[in-house]
Amino acid sequence: MDMLSYLADGFAVSLSPLNLAVVLVGVTAGLFIGAMPGLGSVNGVAILLPMTFIVPPESAIIFLAAVYYGAMYGGAISSILLGIPGASTAVATTFDGRPMAQKGEAGLALIAAAVASFVGGTISVVLFTILAAPLAEFALAFGPPEEFALVLLAFTTFVGLGGDDVVKTMMMILFGLALSTVGLDMISGNPRLVFFDLPGFYSGISFLILAIGVYGVGEVLWTIEETRGSPKVMNARIGFRDLVDGVKKLGRTVRTMTMGSVLGFFVGVLPAAGATPAALMAYGLARSGSKNPENFGKGEVEGVVAPEAANNAASTGSLLPMLTLGIPGSPTTALLLGGMVMWGLTPGPMLFIEQPGFVWGLISSLYTANVFAVIVNIALIPLFVWALRMPFPVLTAVVLTLCVVGGYAPNARMHDVWMIVLFGFGAFVLRKTNYPMAPLVLALVLGPLMEQSLRQSLISSQGDMTTFFTRPISGTLMAISVILFALPIIKRLRSAGALKPAQ
Amino acid sequence: MTKMISRRMALGGVAAAATAASFGLRPAMAADWRPVKPIEMVIMGGQGGGADRLARLFQSIIQKNDLSPMPILPVNKGGGSGAEALRYLKDKQGDPHVIMATLNSYYTTPLRTDIGVDIAEFTPIARMAQDTFALWVRTDSGITSLEQYVEAVRAAGGSWKMGGTGTGQEDSLLTAMLEQEFGLKYVYVPFNGGGDVAKALVGGHIDSTVNNPSEALSFAQADRVTPLGAFTAERIPAMPDVPTMRELGHDLTYEMQRSFVAPGGLSSEQTAFYQTMMGKLAEIPEWKEYAAKNALVTDLLMGEELQAYFLGEREKHAKLLASLGA
Repeated sequence: MDMLSYLADGFAVSLSPLNLAVVLVGVTAGLFIGAMPGLGSVNGVAILLPMTFIVPPESAIIFLAAVYYGAMYGGAISSILLGIPGASTAVATTFDGRPMAQKGEAGLALIAAAVASFVGGTISVVLFTILAAPLAEFALAFGPPEEFALVLLAFTTFVGLGGDDVVKTMMMILFGLALSTVGLDMISGNPRLVFFDLPGFYSGISFLILAIGVYGVGEVLWTIEETRGSPKVMNARIGFRDLVDGVKKLGRTVRTMTMGSVLGFFVGVLPAAGATPAALMAYGLARSGSKNPENFGKGEVEGVVAPEAANNAASTGSLLPMLTLGIPGSPTTALLLGGMVMWGLTPGPMLFIEQPGFVWGLISSLYTANVFAVIVNIALIPLFVWALRMPFPVLTAVVLTLCVVGGYAPNARMHDVWMIVLFGFGAFVLRKTNYPMAPLVLALVLGPLMEQSLRQSLISSQGDMTTFFTRPISGTLMAISVILFALPIIKRLRSAGALKPAQ
Repeated sequence: MTKMISRRMALGGVAAAATAASFGLRPAMAADWRPVKPIEMVIMGGQGGGADRLARLFQSIIQKNDLSPMPILPVNKGGGSGAEALRYLKDKQGDPHVIMATLNSYYTTPLRTDIGVDIAEFTPIARMAQDTFALWVRTDSGITSLEQYVEAVRAAGGSWKMGGTGTGQEDSLLTAMLEQEFGLKYVYVPFNGGGDVAKALVGGHIDSTVNNPSEALSFAQADRVTPLGAFTAERIPAMPDVPTMRELGHDLTYEMQRSFVAPGGLSSEQTAFYQTMMGKLAEIPEWKEYAAKNALVTDLLMGEELQAYFLGEREKHAKLLASLGA
């Protein structure tokens, strides 16, 4: 087969000593960059770009891809240990990763994240190898109506089969959607909801700011209140045997991992989406498909596995439209695109034909990057866990400091820091009154995409709503959404009888 | 008539030579100020569009050739026809670690929206090039000439979908020009960037575009899209077989500046640093090659001349917007 011989040629490139060394350095650097709140793969790749000019172009792009990959692994670390998402792609990992750490299962959570990342990365690279050409066509078939239907599906997985109060979940989604409209209208450019004329609101409300406020500051307040200021010191220790046990325990999550990987890959392939929505969708779907959805949000290992598998898979997936269409699926792939243009490679439909050596060298390097990343990551877990044994007051101070730094760093605006404080206190109050937080974050991430695709669809169809149902892909997605949404309501109506209203 | 926006190529060329010469004489001055943290490069368009590709190419060239002691971090703020980026730059008043890659929406968006931005307050750095436009359709539409195209749009009875990057953007002006010239009616569908527009055309979600060649050429090479005509005075060297609109008997030309500006309130040393950087960049072979391959006219313009050019263009666009009702 052509493809296998190309791949073999690719491995001849990626297994050269130089490229192996480049991958190892890249994933290690990426791991730390991803683990630092406020410093994501975008900054990492941009800052390390100049270093790549000392090696040949293939090695350079392999290095950047390895950094990108390593950062996907690393993002989970601070999500789990500190409850602050290390990168936007790891927001969903905090939902269950943090509660696991609080239960003393930080080691297991980190192993789950690393292994899931590996599985997600590997499955997606295999899919990439087999499906590169047909998938480019699939990505093209995705127009605004399909994007809208996909986003709607993501919301229904959160509302539909969840164990939380449906009304409160929907209220939080609507609140998140309202927050996502703050700032300049994406289509006309007019300002909306600029509170008190503060210039900071012109650029909207970043969901990373919301996530840091809710999961960083809000969590600290919650812990202090729950434990009256004297929490148990987390008994977090980990040895080699715990590592082995941990990997064994993950056996039962194979289904979730596979689901997250495949979903993540396909969402990543769509130019508009990327790894963050992919991780959130995988989380929602894992919860919908779980036998005990009520455990999600309280330290369910599947809640870590699903988003971590998905975000790594999506990061591979988003390389596909970049290479085949020249359209990056994420900010980081856009940077890779810049590098490629610089090296005289034009990404686009002709790249696979004109530069097979380069393309397959890159693809095969993703296999090696995955292997290195999981080894480096697991080897460092005891070190990360050890950091958790700090006394509570010290840990709290570290978390709050990182919240402020992580919120300030991306835009260097005090406005964002104040927003974090505001969201932190707001989240604390909402949690006291049993409102779920994950749907809020989800709505803020997907809101802009949803609004834009809805408006584009309706402009294209000249106001005809049936456009969402008459197109095959979008129609199918809409049908699944309706079923997912209706199922629990029907179930409840049946079991609750006529006396109790369905809630 | 007002449909033609005149360019000042000859004038720009002279100015460029003059500026380049004057910079050669004062390298010491530029050393007075150096960035002390990474420089943010704000892009007025979405990922994969013409502005984005160009900005990222500049970033790579600057870093490869050590033109800046600090790394450059590109950030896309393509929302609202560039309003997001413009407002951001205004709020960065006095911050010497931000520069912005501009398009023509640099003039049109502040004219159309209420975002409180006056471009006269910004610090102009350099105009690197003028970009070109062409009319594209999907190859499998079977349309190969402008007459066939006009007929097809007319037959669609107002439901022909033209993709673009937002109301008031260059492509919406061109769409309005086409509507006026041929008495057509389009449905104009806005996307986040030229890359999304090109993809939507290939994917069949829209029926035609007025993309920059840099956004659509690779699809044309793969025979997925076909250019019908160029909105330039002369044929575009990168696509010599494509006639200009003028050759086809319609006086439609329009081009877009690709420049860099900084927030207002920068010191002359800070401005000089960026001007020197861009002046050097303009001489680098990789940039010249890219420009030739992607149908960009390199045309360096700096300092006072650039500000005068910006303000003159703003006048013209105000008139153009009014006459087109766009």
